[in-house]
Amino acid sequence: MNITEILFWFLSVLALIGALMMVTNKNPVYSVLWLIVVFFAISGHYILLNAQFLAIVNIIVYAGAIMVLFLFVIMLMNMNADNEPQKNKWLQLAGAVAGGSLLLVIVAALRKSETLAGQHTDAGGTTGLIHNLGQVLFKDFVLPFEISSILFLSAMVGAVVIGKKGD
Amino acid sequence: MLLAIDWALLLEKFILIALVVTVSMVVAMYATWGERKIAAVIQDRYGPNRAGPLGLFQPLADGLKLFMKEEIIPNASNKILFILGPSLAMLTALITSAVIPWGDKMEAFGRTISLQIADINIGILYVFGVVSLGVYGIMIGAWASNNKFSLMGGLRAASQIISYELAMGIVLIALLMTTGTLSLGEIVKQQQEGWWNVIKQPVGFVVFLICAFAECNRTPFDLAEAENELIGGYHSEFSSMKLGFYLFAEYINMFISSAVMATLYFGGYDIIPFYDESAWGLSTNTMAVLGLLALFAKIFVLIFVFMWVRWTIPRFRYDQLMNLGWKSLIPISLIWMLLTAVFMLLIK
Repeated sequence: MNITEILFWFLSVLALIGALMMVTNKNPVYSVLWLIVVFFAISGHYILLNAQFLAIVNIIVYAGAIMVLFLFVIMLMNMNADNEPQKNKWLQLAGAVAGGSLLLVIVAALRKSETLAGQHTDAGGTTGLIHNLGQVLFKDFVLPFEISSILFLSAMVGAVVIGKKGD
Repeated sequence: MLLAIDWALLLEKFILIALVVTVSMVVAMYATWGERKIAAVIQDRYGPNRAGPLGLFQPLADGLKLFMKEEIIPNASNKILFILGPSLAMLTALITSAVIPWGDKMEAFGRTISLQIADINIGILYVFGVVSLGVYGIMIGAWASNNKFSLMGGLRAASQIISYELAMGIVLIALLMTTGTLSLGEIVKQQQEGWWNVIKQPVGFVVFLICAFAECNRTPFDLAEAENELIGGYHSEFSSMKLGFYLFAEYINMFISSAVMATLYFGGYDIIPFYDESAWGLSTNTMAVLGLLALFAKIFVLIFVFMWVRWTIPRFRYDQLMNLGWKSLIPISLIWMLLTAVFMLLIK
């Protein structure tokens, strides 16, 4: 085993443990914190793939922004294990069936991934670096990229305008 | 071979990390002394002058006092998160230093040693990522205290940091347009011979500076610990060294954000703008040391600005803070980004 493999196994185990702890924990604040651990493990995987940009954006957007909002909401709602209403048995069963079906779909999709593995274009381990990413985004996908950025910008401006209505 | 690692490189980086962390701590420690002295000068007082000459041992006495205080963990608190909060605050304050180029290359033991712990090609984004994680230490500590005032302080801190991050990110985009690279090492090298970025990006720098004040929770943006409204804010329930960690993290944040600003806008370890220092013909090591001193001089000036503002401008009201962030800084930074883009397009 070389160091990359050791890191791969460490991060994979960390991600799985984090995901399990997130689902099984009764306290929602702990769940959010474990989910952040999962995001860090996944960012570690991106770095192993030499996709530094993706790794850091994953942390900025998911761990840094979205999870803060989650934490915000959970802390304000003051949810605790004690006062959480016990869910209906049938609801739990329905949830288990739905989750199981999703798992089945994902496994079925992944079963064919062996044949896809050979099809990616390889740029000598530099595919994920920011230079190549920029080239692809601004040459091949410039229209969808610009449209989505304008969408984000208008969402931001819209939020400010809605907030401004009060005064 | 199980672990094919360049042990010498590992040792070199380890020593560098230990040095940077130690220096950050010492600077933060003496920043508390500097803060009191500057406050004293501004308010026409003496400031600390009992412990040692000029009160120079005051930070040591304060540290000792914090260590000796009784360690209290409230019964109703969440014990694990109560300890995790200050630790995270300290951790996120320290790890930004990894990407800052503290100086040029040095030569020792037949090796060329870079005075930057990690020159990753996404340096700026790393800094931004760590800044966006900085809020967790405060939020977790505040929630774990199980005290309404703490929670209010934590929420204020979190919403303030999220709001000012946006404007900060947008002026960084404007800066990136002029530099064309995300690597901090590269950005400093560009400023070595040419202009410092503050001349190209004056508005960007001012917006960045204001956002840095907000991100560090410094006056006039210290509403998270507004003592006349929230007792002590997010650290009301903390005592002993856990409180010390929160207070200390603030000073380390100030040091690191000054270092980031010096690197991005004031040429990093560049000594004189518009001048190629290699013409002096000094050895590599001398140049590196001189560069390091120049960087620290810039950092200390910026830290002084932080303190100067704190003892000059009173605290904002919370709605004023949000208005400034969302209705002034974001439009200004958006327009500035647009102007920069148009300008870059015209000179191409």
